[in-house]
Amino acid sequence: MSHPSHAQPSISSVFTALVRRDVTLAWGQGGASLLALGFFLIAVSLFPFGVGPEPQILARIAPGIIWVVALLASVVSLDRLYQADYEDGSLDDLVLSPMGLVGIAGAKVLAHWLSTTLPLAVAAPALAVLLNFPDEGYWVLVGSLLIGTPALSLIGSIGASLTVAVRRGGVLMFLLILPLYVPTLIFGVGAVDAAVMMGDPLPHLALLAATTLIALVVSLAASAAALKLALE
Amino acid sequence: MTDANPIFDSGTRLSGSGLACRRGGRRVFEGLNFEVQAGDFLSLTGKNGSGKSTLLRLIAGFLPKKSGTISYSCSGNASDFLVSDDFMLVGHQNGLKPGFTLRENASFYYRLMTGSTPAAKRLQIAADIFALDSLLDEPVQYFSSGQRHRSALMRLPLVARQIWLMDEPTVGLDADNRAALAALIQHHMACGGIVIAATHDPMGVAGNVLDMDQFQPNTGNSDDMDEGWL
Repeated sequence: MSHPSHAQPSISSVFTALVRRDVTLAWGQGGASLLALGFFLIAVSLFPFGVGPEPQILARIAPGIIWVVALLASVVSLDRLYQADYEDGSLDDLVLSPMGLVGIAGAKVLAHWLSTTLPLAVAAPALAVLLNFPDEGYWVLVGSLLIGTPALSLIGSIGASLTVAVRRGGVLMFLLILPLYVPTLIFGVGAVDAAVMMGDPLPHLALLAATTLIALVVSLAASAAALKLALE
Repeated sequence: MTDANPIFDSGTRLSGSGLACRRGGRRVFEGLNFEVQAGDFLSLTGKNGSGKSTLLRLIAGFLPKKSGTISYSCSGNASDFLVSDDFMLVGHQNGLKPGFTLRENASFYYRLMTGSTPAAKRLQIAADIFALDSLLDEPVQYFSSGQRHRSALMRLPLVARQIWLMDEPTVGLDADNRAALAALIQHHMACGGIVIAATHDPMGVAGNVLDMDQFQPNTGNSDDMDEGWL
């Protein structure tokens, strides 16, 4: 390299630095994580008021409610994923870091998952109690959310990067992302339903994991390409 | 920042020839040539909209060029593409997170660029240059716009990168800090650094001037409209 005075930086520590910064920002003042978690708690607890307090009905629709609301809560938190950095200029700095755009997208998605969508999976059992969720489904509910939530962050990253330069792009992002969430939703709810109805949740979980892996392959490259366009 | 010995490769050359760039179908400049080498200061002048910021972002690799080449070589090794690891950009946006203190912002920037944690002394020295030492542990959201701008400039002495791209670095700076910036640039040049600055004000640093107005495309010809972007 052109300046021998310092060694080539280690990409992994740059990556960790970005993940740590984003997690700190997400839990800090005005961060998205508490908002998403609050949205998740409130929206789920609205359903007993709307549908009525019959335990059987609530137990039947609980997997769907929890999954759909987790999905919405993740989208709510996504619109600032890249936009905050774009607006204050730190996205330019990130691009000039030794990491590359795919690495940036990867770090930001990992931070979003750790700070925002993973807490949703952790909070889900508490809400399941509220909905009279059957005991035998708890492990599969948490397991399906753990496997499926990375896909929510990954797919959301595509929408967030495409709308990064769009003012008030939040609604546009909703329209772009929600259809792409359908496979994750189907397999996630399918696994929980299978567990509750004494079926075998494994095939559903395997397909859910496949969806997440496909999202991992596609979304980082897509996000990087969209960010490159946004910087022009 | 501790000695004046050249720490950067003295064989670095950066040049562009026949550069043209379009923004939204409008030709910003064309036929632009420039060349800088280690120890040079190049100031870009020209009226608003003449493409000063565009050229800086083009050099940094953010924008695609319509035509022309940018070549970059260090100690004889020519490369056609630019190594982003050698650039540092200071633009209109300061890249600071309001909820973080200046120390947290600067430490993050340092870790982002180098992968290691900055020594407290290094941060202190960098902050002293722009008289920010008393603000290091204050959250950036309470800073005035001049203080934010100085905080953004603090990255220059903090991280060693050879090529500084600066977009109107003197805006909002008082006389003392302009002098500090000029001294910092001179020190950087003495170390073999390269500074390209878009500016309307004299920076107080001797160097070459590139007048962007001379590269304006002939207007009035409506055929110039680039349909490719539509």
